[in-house]
Amino acid sequence: MGKKILTEKINIPGIREYDVYRQNGGYKSVEKALKEMTPEQLVESVKASGLRGRGGAGFPVGMKWSFIDKKSGKPRHLLVNADESEPGTFKDRYLMEFIPHLLIEGAIVSSFALEANLSYIYIRGEYMFVFKILEKAIKEAYANGWLGKNILGTGYNLDLYVHCGAGAYICGEETAQIESLEGKRGNPRIKPPFPAVSGLWNEPTVVNNVESIASIPWITLNGGEEYAKIGIGRSTGTKLISASGHIKNPGVYEIEMGMTVDEFMNSDEYLGGMIDDRPLKALIPGGSSVQILPPQYIFKTANGDDRLMSYESWSDGGPVTGSSLGSGGFIVYNDTACIVRNTWNLSRFYHHESCGQCSPCREGTGWMEKILYRIEHGQGTEEDVDLLWDIQANIEGNTICPLGDAAAWPVAAAIRHFREEFEYHIRFPEKIKNRNHFREEPMEKVRQLLVK
Amino acid sequence: MKITIDGHTIEVEPGTTILQAARMIGGASVPPTMCYYSKLKDCGGKCRCCLVEVTKGSERDPRPMPKLQPSCVTGAQDGMEVLSGNSQRVLDARKAVTEFLLINHPLDCPVCDQAGECNLQDLAMTNKDFKSRFKEQKVTTPSEDIGPYISLNKNRCILCYRCVKLAEQLTPNRVHGVLYRGDHAEISAYIHNAIDSDFSGNMIDVCPVGALTDRTFRFQSRVWFTKKFNAHRDCPHCSGKVVLWTFGNDVLRVTARKDEFSEVEEFICNECRFDHKKKEDWVVEGPHKFGKNSVLNINNNALAAPKEVEIQTEKLTLEGRDVDRKKISMKDVPMAHLEEKK
Repeated sequence: MGKKILTEKINIPGIREYDVYRQNGGYKSVEKALKEMTPEQLVESVKASGLRGRGGAGFPVGMKWSFIDKKSGKPRHLLVNADESEPGTFKDRYLMEFIPHLLIEGAIVSSFALEANLSYIYIRGEYMFVFKILEKAIKEAYANGWLGKNILGTGYNLDLYVHCGAGAYICGEETAQIESLEGKRGNPRIKPPFPAVSGLWNEPTVVNNVESIASIPWITLNGGEEYAKIGIGRSTGTKLISASGHIKNPGVYEIEMGMTVDEFMNSDEYLGGMIDDRPLKALIPGGSSVQILPPQYIFKTANGDDRLMSYESWSDGGPVTGSSLGSGGFIVYNDTACIVRNTWNLSRFYHHESCGQCSPCREGTGWMEKILYRIEHGQGTEEDVDLLWDIQANIEGNTICPLGDAAAWPVAAAIRHFREEFEYHIRFPEKIKNRNHFREEPMEKVRQLLVK
Repeated sequence: MKITIDGHTIEVEPGTTILQAARMIGGASVPPTMCYYSKLKDCGGKCRCCLVEVTKGSERDPRPMPKLQPSCVTGAQDGMEVLSGNSQRVLDARKAVTEFLLINHPLDCPVCDQAGECNLQDLAMTNKDFKSRFKEQKVTTPSEDIGPYISLNKNRCILCYRCVKLAEQLTPNRVHGVLYRGDHAEISAYIHNAIDSDFSGNMIDVCPVGALTDRTFRFQSRVWFTKKFNAHRDCPHCSGKVVLWTFGNDVLRVTARKDEFSEVEEFICNECRFDHKKKEDWVVEGPHKFGKNSVLNINNNALAAPKEVEIQTEKLTLEGRDVDRKKISMKDVPMAHLEEKK
């Protein structure tokens, strides 16, 4: 049994209520932070913990905090990014739904560390029920003196609000989120200036994922060094993985970084292996934006080392034979899944969610979706695969925000690893017309058709 | 501060962007711009036409930047080295952006009033060595009536946001903005509001394509058939410095003067633009000259001798007729079969 930090108390009945949470040691980190520690010490301990941002990019949280502009004397803000819209990722929802006070406790400590007096939680519109849970929890925190003026008699004031987005994937990007919170259209800003210098209302702002903030209470209570002992290398601590797809036990798991992928996928404690024991075909390890991997690169890296559940190990091999841990949205496919259909589906998502600000992403995502639709529906041509490759290469790296990259990578990886499936769709439109091609005949059986 | 672009070193003030430095140098290293407008604040970074390669970050931090940078919003650093026209990577990226901008553009230049003075047309002319690879259906949006002076064609829009920024910064109340997302995003007035403020006509001038055109000039003449004169008048609202687009003695259109980067020098008011269409209203200064790259000027530059066109129509048509007679059109005529048998 691995160490649990975030989900340790999640199964206690009634933990969603303030009283139960408090009886089980809740808000102790606020007491410790506000009474015994200075903001600088807090930032140092988070730096020492090596906690990396859990939203996908994996940027060290302590480093991000130390970048915040304290010299200008402008008011500072903490913005908790609860706009979890990545297909395949549902870990933040689990935390906020079942143990909302943990997030609020983390937000108070983090705001104190940043010396912010006004902080926000930006939650996506689709999570309306979670929004209500958070609102209630914040009300309870206010009533018990954890928020508001003069918290615990230390003279520290903090107001925390939950803001509900209107349902846009792009508002999970930090600058788009700030724009949206300001009441504008959620378009990403051009960086620099970074939010740590000029964010919300042109004031220094730190944007952190829910899971990162929820890890702060434990780090405060036990010290950053203790946290750094968990995990492997530069991937410290525990990570929530939201697993879905063709596996026996889908759901949210908290794992220690450094566990082997084999153990996570096949042990009964975690995913329990493939459903119906069908062969594994592909895996997306970190939410839809990262590269899809074929079986030979899932359990082993290209060098033959064991693939571990850590940022470094997943990105071993770069985009060619590796992927990225991203936000921990594990999507597992067995041999009945059609990679072309899956890529089309993801592409459709990015087409729908592109903000329309910069041209490569606005036009390219739509173009890719249309081509993939044609291939999937048996109207593709041989040039289409190369054209797709060209389009994704032209989008990648040339856009304002990472959405362009996120739209390009899944297509690139699908073509790189599963090109034969695209060719199968193009050359045998008769076989795929009923949309059940791989359920009837897995790729292994039809592969010889392509060789001719 | 020194910055080197394509091997040319230039001294610039701190706070200058790479694009501004490149414009000071001029020539082939000036990146094309579709969304950046030096007269408007916070305008740029969106079209990605002006991408450049930074091979040396600065004197202090000489690492190259891994990604191509939009030159219009990237500030110049001391000792920075930039490749603009000399880098194949940059040229490829610009070509890709051109392709992206054109895929959903209706390409209706033959009936578009902007043709001849269109930035997108110019951009396509500089990147003309590729064939269209777009086989899909284009995204179309119905047009919208935004008042008697300006015609809005959303299909041609490339979402540069220039008109939105202009409305924010020049006119007192903004009544239009961007609706929807992705390639369905469109410029629209708020619930079919007419756009009328004293300076709204400048939207026509800042629009790089034919999305916003002058309704009083609509379909009156192709721009290359008109004679252009610099003129001015005493205007209580604006500088009154304009270009008259004339045909004979008729003033067909009045626009603001544009510089070599097709940016307006001074914004003019709607009264000058729409209400003074007589030559008597204006003091004519002299002929107006165009930028070298303008499509309007393309016939004036030395062109390669036109290719000899071989006309094969007649032969092909006749061949076609023969085939048709045998296979299709005469099939149901009983006499034709009889004739063939003979």
